Amino acid sequence: MSTRVFGQPVRRREDPRLLTGRALFVDDVDLPGMLHVAFVRSPMAHGRLLSVDTEAARQREGVVAVYTAEDLGEYWRPGPLLLPPPPTIDDVVFHERTQVPLVKDKVRHCGEPIAVVVAESRYIAEDAVEDIFADIEPLDAVVDLEAALTVDAPRVHDDLESNLQAHVVQHKGDYATAQSAAHAVIRHRFTYDHGTAAAMENRGIVAHWDHRAEQLTVWDTTQAPIPIRGGLAAMLDLSESQVRVIAPFIGGGFGPKIMMFYPEEVLLPWISMRLRRPIKWIEDREENFFATTHERSQIHHAEIAVDADGKILGVKDTFLHDAGAYAPYGLTVPINSQCTLLGCYDVPAYASEFRSVFTNKTIVTPYRGAGRQHGVFVMERLLDFAAEELGLDRVEIRRRNLLQPEDFPHNHQIIYQDFAPLTYDSGNYPPALERAVEMIDYERFVAEEQPRLRAEGRLVGIGVVTYVEGTGIGPYEGMRVTVESNGKVNVATGVGTQGQGHFTVFAQVVAEQLGVEVDDVRLTTGDTSEFGWGAGTFASRGAVVAGNACHAAALEVRKKILKHAADHFEVAEEDLELREGKVLVKGVPDRAIPLGTLAQMANPMRGAVRPGTEPGLEATSYFGPESGTTANGVHAMIVEVDPETFDVEILRYVVVHDCGTVINPLILDGQIHGGVAQGIGNAFYEHLVYDDQGQLLNAQFMDYLLPTATDVPHLEGDHVVTPSPLNPLGIKGAGEAGAIPVGPLFAQAVEDALRDDGVRILEIPLSPNRLFELVMHARDAR
Amino acid sequence: MTKTHAISVVVNGETHERVVEPRLLLSDFLRHGLGLTGTHVGCEHGVCGACTVLLEGAAVRSCLMFAVQANGKRLTTVEGLGTPEALHPLQEAFREAHALQCGFCTPGFLMSLVPFLEEHDDPDEATIREALSGTLCRCTGYQNIVEAVRLAAKAMRTARLEGGQG
Repeated sequence: MSTRVFGQPVRRREDPRLLTGRALFVDDVDLPGMLHVAFVRSPMAHGRLLSVDTEAARQREGVVAVYTAEDLGEYWRPGPLLLPPPPTIDDVVFHERTQVPLVKDKVRHCGEPIAVVVAESRYIAEDAVEDIFADIEPLDAVVDLEAALTVDAPRVHDDLESNLQAHVVQHKGDYATAQSAAHAVIRHRFTYDHGTAAAMENRGIVAHWDHRAEQLTVWDTTQAPIPIRGGLAAMLDLSESQVRVIAPFIGGGFGPKIMMFYPEEVLLPWISMRLRRPIKWIEDREENFFATTHERSQIHHAEIAVDADGKILGVKDTFLHDAGAYAPYGLTVPINSQCTLLGCYDVPAYASEFRSVFTNKTIVTPYRGAGRQHGVFVMERLLDFAAEELGLDRVEIRRRNLLQPEDFPHNHQIIYQDFAPLTYDSGNYPPALERAVEMIDYERFVAEEQPRLRAEGRLVGIGVVTYVEGTGIGPYEGMRVTVESNGKVNVATGVGTQGQGHFTVFAQVVAEQLGVEVDDVRLTTGDTSEFGWGAGTFASRGAVVAGNACHAAALEVRKKILKHAADHFEVAEEDLELREGKVLVKGVPDRAIPLGTLAQMANPMRGAVRPGTEPGLEATSYFGPESGTTANGVHAMIVEVDPETFDVEILRYVVVHDCGTVINPLILDGQIHGGVAQGIGNAFYEHLVYDDQGQLLNAQFMDYLLPTATDVPHLEGDHVVTPSPLNPLGIKGAGEAGAIPVGPLFAQAVEDALRDDGVRILEIPLSPNRLFELVMHARDAR
Repeated sequence: MTKTHAISVVVNGETHERVVEPRLLLSDFLRHGLGLTGTHVGCEHGVCGACTVLLEGAAVRSCLMFAVQANGKRLTTVEGLGTPEALHPLQEAFREAHALQCGFCTPGFLMSLVPFLEEHDDPDEATIREALSGTLCRCTGYQNIVEAVRLAAKAMRTARLEGGQG
């Protein structure tokens, strides 16, 4: 057999291009005659748009066109609803209101686009934006989530009776019974506020309508090029074959780059068709803060009922979810919160209810973790408080409630975001917890180290939290694998890449089956002209769904290779092996044929291709899982809080993670590191601050703090491997895992460090300033 | 507004003469004027560091400079560092340590690290992290970048010794 490449830390194939500045990003596209776009955006969160005066802008030299909503005519229409509410949940209230390409009557959040300027250069387009006057009559803004649902609140959408966007109730077991049987019931109000993905590359689009070829080409920083193509074709009344969407190298996605459709995505192609010129728009960082979708804020009223041993009898949670001004993404985020709350635990009764609320803020769509962290925050905090109430150790209460290996598959009896019942496919939770506890040396730290350091006046604390992540949901992805006549392998897939190493991991999957070098497998990704079926890169599903499609296609090609080679050598297929780019007859070293030669023979210039067969060594396969697969993990951390500045230093950080079979440990660890770094930002540095009129006060990197290399610690990691039974490779997704449990981990560890002050941490994000406030409040209360 | 200036700059060893508006950012000049799109623009207010290039050997943020300010100066961009076939030891180390994911911020890290490694041939972790803290990465969590710098420093030390300059 060939050397195994699957499961190995193979260096990335895409790196040389990226490292030398030769990889194509959207802003690198430069076409002759290209025009540039800048947007006039609302400076107010809520107001009636009375008029837009574009005359001066139109007169400016170098300006080619200016468009307002009125100019769009029939093309103006609200965007499609990406996902309906799950039909499998009963009695869902859902008000569909989706974003518009340009504001017609009312602005609903700061940064909403009002007019678009097209000019010979971006500099001129921005000058012309300053020429335009949008007359807006200000209205009171809907900002606070709880106030938004009061009867006298201003309404984001005038035609709705209130700001309620959706209402969903899900039940498991009978919480009332659980509560009445409980030894203790612990209740708290938890908040989790807005943040943003802040991918290093802002969004961008280049649209080029070639009117002679009647072909539209769109370069788009999207995580979902194929749905964008389908949608654009429908909107522009073109055949899908006339629209090519390319998602080239993307400078980070993390979720917001899969909002469909952003106004800019709708407008640029339309403008290019009208002007018959290539058009480019590149978002700047300030626009990104207002115009790219945000992370969610939520307010939870939650309680946990436990028996005297700390066993969970039931959990009740009622929460508000901030949808922002529109809700194109359906209920994915709050349902993730609702479902992921149950975590790694056996929860016999669960009563969960949420209201999603329209506010005058930027739209909320999934961002790495996609609401899962909110659920995990609530559950992990409730367990911490329950442990305290019962005089139990924090690790011990988790140990007592973990699902056991024999509990799988475990059906939680509620519906997940993929509309399927929330069923954990496999898991082995106790070893993950014990391993993390061992690695951070929990017992010794609590018994010896912490008392010693505290005696020296050092505020040190420890935290241990667990989490699950529902990953790898459907509908499907596809992959085409082709052995070319030079013996190299070409692989094409629809899922775009934003840094996840697709060029390498899918090559590993193919190389494993075809016995070729990873470097001889070339991948095309995110170009609809190369592969036109698929959904996109999101929900930690690339490796699971596309990976298994890749595996299936590679197996098909392997079969074809063996069939042709068996005919060629007149031997049984079982007597053949694939390695070093050749097919060999086992035990007969000089009987071998290179794959390239076999590919040529399978595509003859003379003679017929036999009935029932196809030319070439090529196969296309699809993989569509019935439901998602559940990954899990444990994070543990030791922190020290500075008693003067309340800055938090992370002294140690341990991650034990289980995402089933690993394709490439190097890339997996990278995903975990990056996720944790974003989680740290989310927990302690990043906070979008709105005033009471819906103005975002810190829309720049000077004030919205991303963690730097001095803020993120060295992570110590280990893996437990529990393969998924839901796909042939046994893979579970890993993209979001690192980010999910960091909030509750910070809360627990910092609270532990500040134990003498009796601080209660019921919110995320924190900051040194906020910790100072909490400590002062706690001291005052004593 | 239409006043323009003739400038001459040497970028990656090649001389370019152009007529530019005084307000043209150096980053836009490099990317769109000269087609050197390896220099990336992440924030345009000098925080993220993705646009870092070398000006007379020193790391500068090209989004905080005008092209006219580079008149008569020597610049190096990521395109001047190594090629896919012959990576610079720093680029090689980044690949080895998986120190990049989306790769958007990477040119900025590389260009800020070139002068750093000239001044620090064996930096410890704290020094490396301090050096990295002026550039933002949203994908890697920095851990593998720290490792890459360590690997690069080692490789460059070895190369110097072998080159007899040690």
